[in-house]
Amino acid sequence: MKPMIILEDVDKWYGKNFQVLKSCSLIVSPGEVVVICGPSGSGKSTLIKCVNGLEPVQGGRISVKDMEVTGPRTKLPKLRSHVGMVFQHFDLFPHMTVTENICIGQTRVLGRTQTEAEAKTAALLERVGMSDHARKYPIQLSGGQQQRIAIARALAMDPIAMLFDEPTSALDPEMITEVLDVMVELANEGMTMMVVTHEMGFARKVADRVVFMDGGEVVEDTPKDEFFASPKSQRAVEFLSKILDH
Amino acid sequence: MKGWNWDGFFEYLTNTYILEGAAVTLGLTIAAMTLGVVAGCVVALMRMSPFRILSNIAYFYTWLIRGTPLLVQLIIIYTGLPQIGIKFSVLEATLIGLVMNEAAYLSEIIRSGISSVPKGQSNAARAVGMTDVQMMRYIIAPQAARIIIPPLGNSVNGCLKTTSIASIISMEELLRRTQVLIQEKFMVLELFVVAALYYLLMTTAWDLIQRRIERHFGRGYDIKADAAEQR
Repeated sequence: MKPMIILEDVDKWYGKNFQVLKSCSLIVSPGEVVVICGPSGSGKSTLIKCVNGLEPVQGGRISVKDMEVTGPRTKLPKLRSHVGMVFQHFDLFPHMTVTENICIGQTRVLGRTQTEAEAKTAALLERVGMSDHARKYPIQLSGGQQQRIAIARALAMDPIAMLFDEPTSALDPEMITEVLDVMVELANEGMTMMVVTHEMGFARKVADRVVFMDGGEVVEDTPKDEFFASPKSQRAVEFLSKILDH
Repeated sequence: MKGWNWDGFFEYLTNTYILEGAAVTLGLTIAAMTLGVVAGCVVALMRMSPFRILSNIAYFYTWLIRGTPLLVQLIIIYTGLPQIGIKFSVLEATLIGLVMNEAAYLSEIIRSGISSVPKGQSNAARAVGMTDVQMMRYIIAPQAARIIIPPLGNSVNGCLKTTSIASIISMEELLRRTQVLIQEKFMVLELFVVAALYYLLMTTAWDLIQRRIERHFGRGYDIKADAAEQR
């Protein structure tokens, strides 16, 4: 099957001296769920932001389906409208209600009518269990609720793939499950997903592959079971022992 | 001692000559603020531009304008420049001076407002596929406006009063007309109190307008008000 996301020898520097990504390569097939983990500062968040061009790269090649992300003539807004992204800090638009948050991309970017957008929004709110909160503002919601709205906002664009950048890291423990449940459901429906997370329970449940990053490099890229049973690299062993110990 | 003349006071309170002056003051303020906001946005965007030259020009401009008194600028524009062949009418000179000033001060207010919107907002806007213009219009500007409105309101209030400086180059606004009448009628206190009341009336009216604007851009930030709105 033709790959959905391809990263080929991606290099990225901050300034002249600090290389955040060192020749990172990665392929995600349609319907695949790939979990990216690694210690903080390993470049995993930067890597996932490169996939939809939020972070520019200095070397290598990135493409999503048939669209080149790298390259001077890429229409990034068009590409991004096909790739959903969910952020660590939710980043809902605070001056808009929940419904407006989910509608704005549909109407302004996809050109749907207000009626179409609102119908789609209502269906998505139902799906993430937030129908009662349609008219509220983000500030009135808990972190877990806000993140579910952020997922709905991304899904409203009918994305061909979803990127999750540490979606549960900023949440209180009791709210993590409600967000992960939505993500598990999404994975089970066959959505192509790249997920930067430390939630190894989630990885165990739905990931096809686990990518382990350290020091800006893709150190390991293995099927899930293999990764948890017998990680190849010493660095991955150390990392796993640290986050699974307690 | 002449004492306070009530009849004179009430007569000039409704004097059309003075009222017209007040209307000119109001008009100057509206024009200066409108053009000043537009020019201020341009200067702010230049200042924030990644291109060094643009941001340096913007920096030089605000440094120059904010570092010199409006009074001096007006005299240079109206009285000084004709010496090198550049002539402006009183109204032109006044508007140029006021707009240049507002643009300089407002650009800093606008810049800080835009900078106050968290980086995550632009990422989120881009992630749904918005272009930079759409992002500015639907996401950044409305949030920046909430921060900008209070100091911008101060500027409107200040501008209403600052227009009086243009009386020095004989712009016939409220203060100038008051002074003209004083020279004819010698009712110094009564006429200046009338002028002060007109300024007060205009600044008070603006105060009420500003509060409504603040409420509009504050939605989504005040839980109680938002909860009430939903009911």
